[in-house]
Amino acid sequence: MSAPTAQRPETALAKEVAAAPRPTLGRRIMTTIGVQNISLLIAIVALVAVIGSQNPLFFGIDNVRVIGTAVAVSGLLAVVQTVVIIMGALDISVGSIAGLASVTSAMIFTVAGPLLGVVGALGLGLLCGLVNGCIIVFGRVNPVIATLATLAAYKGVAQLVSDGRAQGYTGADGFFVFLARGTLVGIPSLIWVLIVLAVLMHVVLRYTSIGRNIYAVGGNDVASRLAGININRYILGVYMMTGAVAAIAGILITARTGSGQPVSGSEGLELESITAAALGGAALKGGKGTIMGTILAVILLGILTNGMTLLDVNAFWQNVAKGGLLVVAVIIQQLRSGERRIGLPA
Amino acid sequence: MNDSIRTERAGRAHEVVLSAKQIGKHFGPVVALTGVDLELRAGEVTAIMGENGAGKSTLLKILTGDYRPDSGELRLGGEVTDFSEPSQSRAAGLRVIAQEPEIVPHVSVAENIYVGAIRSQGLLFNRRALEKRAAKDLARYGFDRIVSPQTIGSRLSAAQRQVVEIMRAVIDKPRVICFDEPTSSLGDEESALLFDLIATLRDEGVAVGYVSHRMNEIFRLADRITVLRDGKLVGTKKTEDTDHNDLVRMMVGRDLSQLFSRERQTAGEPVLELRDVGTDDVSHIDLTVRAGEVVGVAGLVGAGRSELMKAIVGDLPVTSGTVLVKGRPVSFRSPADSIAAGIGFAPEERKAEALIMQRTVRDNIVLAVLPKLARGIFVSEKGERAIARTYIDQLRIRTPSTEQLVKNLSGGNQQKVVLARWLAHNPSLLVLDEPTRGVDVGAKAEIYAIIDQLAQQGVAILVVSSELPEVLGLSDRIYVMAGGTVTGTLDCTEATEESILALAMTETRAPAAR
Repeated sequence: MSAPTAQRPETALAKEVAAAPRPTLGRRIMTTIGVQNISLLIAIVALVAVIGSQNPLFFGIDNVRVIGTAVAVSGLLAVVQTVVIIMGALDISVGSIAGLASVTSAMIFTVAGPLLGVVGALGLGLLCGLVNGCIIVFGRVNPVIATLATLAAYKGVAQLVSDGRAQGYTGADGFFVFLARGTLVGIPSLIWVLIVLAVLMHVVLRYTSIGRNIYAVGGNDVASRLAGININRYILGVYMMTGAVAAIAGILITARTGSGQPVSGSEGLELESITAAALGGAALKGGKGTIMGTILAVILLGILTNGMTLLDVNAFWQNVAKGGLLVVAVIIQQLRSGERRIGLPA
Repeated sequence: MNDSIRTERAGRAHEVVLSAKQIGKHFGPVVALTGVDLELRAGEVTAIMGENGAGKSTLLKILTGDYRPDSGELRLGGEVTDFSEPSQSRAAGLRVIAQEPEIVPHVSVAENIYVGAIRSQGLLFNRRALEKRAAKDLARYGFDRIVSPQTIGSRLSAAQRQVVEIMRAVIDKPRVICFDEPTSSLGDEESALLFDLIATLRDEGVAVGYVSHRMNEIFRLADRITVLRDGKLVGTKKTEDTDHNDLVRMMVGRDLSQLFSRERQTAGEPVLELRDVGTDDVSHIDLTVRAGEVVGVAGLVGAGRSELMKAIVGDLPVTSGTVLVKGRPVSFRSPADSIAAGIGFAPEERKAEALIMQRTVRDNIVLAVLPKLARGIFVSEKGERAIARTYIDQLRIRTPSTEQLVKNLSGGNQQKVVLARWLAHNPSLLVLDEPTRGVDVGAKAEIYAIIDQLAQQGVAILVVSSELPEVLGLSDRIYVMAGGTVTGTLDCTEATEESILALAMTETRAPAAR
């Protein structure tokens, strides 16, 4: 009955296991941040040092708030985009959903007040996500193509309902003003929204069976299905969640600008979200990525933009710098993976 | 086909064409090979044997230029070579048949065979001429019965993909050709054709390297046998100077006289009953598996065995007939349903269908029991580690920790991770499709022992296998399938390789349901 081949290596392994050191505080911090995120941290520190040495205003608490509020909206989308990417998919329509939610929240607000405005926008976001998911799962359309289509369609709907103009004035409403400029324990409410969502998503991905299964679906969908995971439910659920969060981003846009913006506040956010997720280490083929990485990437991008503005760098150059940063970061990650340089990357 | 190229390239019989001397290779701190010698001679088949992790694959990759050796010397036709990538070794006349070949999914077999070798006449390439050429080449080696030149890449079975890969190499007229466990995805008929092909190549003066775990094949084909263990050369012997037990001793360092140790016992209540079941791929299946019983399903590749297993676990729809689990009729709409009914399923394609390669051993083991371990939706990492630890110990999975990534394990240990996933589920029926494919002798024996132990604990086990000794050694009862239906049932006392093969090659009335 016994299978004798195992003895030789096992003793060696036992020693190895026994010799493993107890985790020190430093090591625990490392595992929390994640080894792959160290390079992002180093980049942030270097950038802060360079910008800070050129312009001391950079270190002001006000400037930290400026950076925080500037990245809040794109940060929200980057966080949910990370979840979609981990599942092995992509959602390019998040910016359009945010725009649609922005105008509808403002328009419903004008007739029915802030609560219904928010609820309505969230409901619409869920619906948009559901439509995305259904096209992908039941229409068998590749996620990139499906959401590329709805990127255009949802933007068109937003323009139709708003006639292409900013809608409703929310700048006098207490709730929207609080969202845009209010603070809680000294931290702007915009940043709170991002913190709460990021922590929530981190916990879901890391500590719940839902999150674990999202990684599994992204890592190998056939294996996940054969292990009893209802993968359709996960795909639909993640897209709906993404729609809802995009709607929250839209509501924040409304709050910041004082009115519903069909296009102007949200255009290009989808690419920013993918940039941050990729910079944060999420792999487009799925199964890999962390919220921590994405948040660090969002901070890095925020500091870069803010710093270059403070240093009077031309806005066109800022775009070049962002693009360059993304390419360099991904190349470094790929070099570490040791893949052979032949054909299209895996 | 131009035979003059062959004669020009092929060496004189028994002349050393490829020699590797004192090859060493390490990956970081891990030593993969040290001081390995290998000689491949013209007109001879040299078998390369060793357990998984012995260094066979690394050695092949060094030959092709996939890896560069840290030390040692490679000579091809007497000249020192230093290939930095496979295209160079190919150009020099050295081909390795990959175990899991890359197939272009959306083009035909003909285009897949000549991929990279297509010389266009004028601006356009002539599809029909290409298909004709492919048909001729396939027919020359008898493979036209296995695959047609028009079939699209994505529709090919594992065996057919292997045939395409072999054809790609053969049309190149290489001086040296190495096979890496070529029969692991082939049925008996295809294997027989492959052996004929290898004999032809040998007689034409090609130096053949042949990596395999299967003793029968080795003794049938090889002129010399080189054995590796733990990255070192154990020795090279002429086939007539060695025997089965000697080789096993060389490979594992001791005798493994008894691979199978089934404790037959009286079976319990039926756990799974199929009554006249039909699906898109199979029809009129009657099959029963009782508690504590190991039931084998034999047949040639394409007989519909894997499709039947997938229908049993609810991944493919059952279109007619009745399925009973523990006496109750069931109709599973997804694997989740069958898992809930206490069925575990280890599919044929371990990497593609069972494992999440870039996740940890722990993640993979607990995948199907995650909801059971979780409190509400919150997972218990501690509980998971404990479960993973339990099965790592019980199944002797060789991994440094529960947190090792599955892609870093050997084939045998990966398969044990799949088994662990289902043992953790505590199933009443375990469906295993080719449980020992690509697994070395030692791990095979361990997997057989696990199956035996589970049967003794009262688990009903359904095993699909293309290896006849495995089916015979494990099963209490054997169902033989051909053409999408069961052509016969044999008791373990009466079954022989011959009787199984006879049933497996039964002509069935037209392909059942296609």
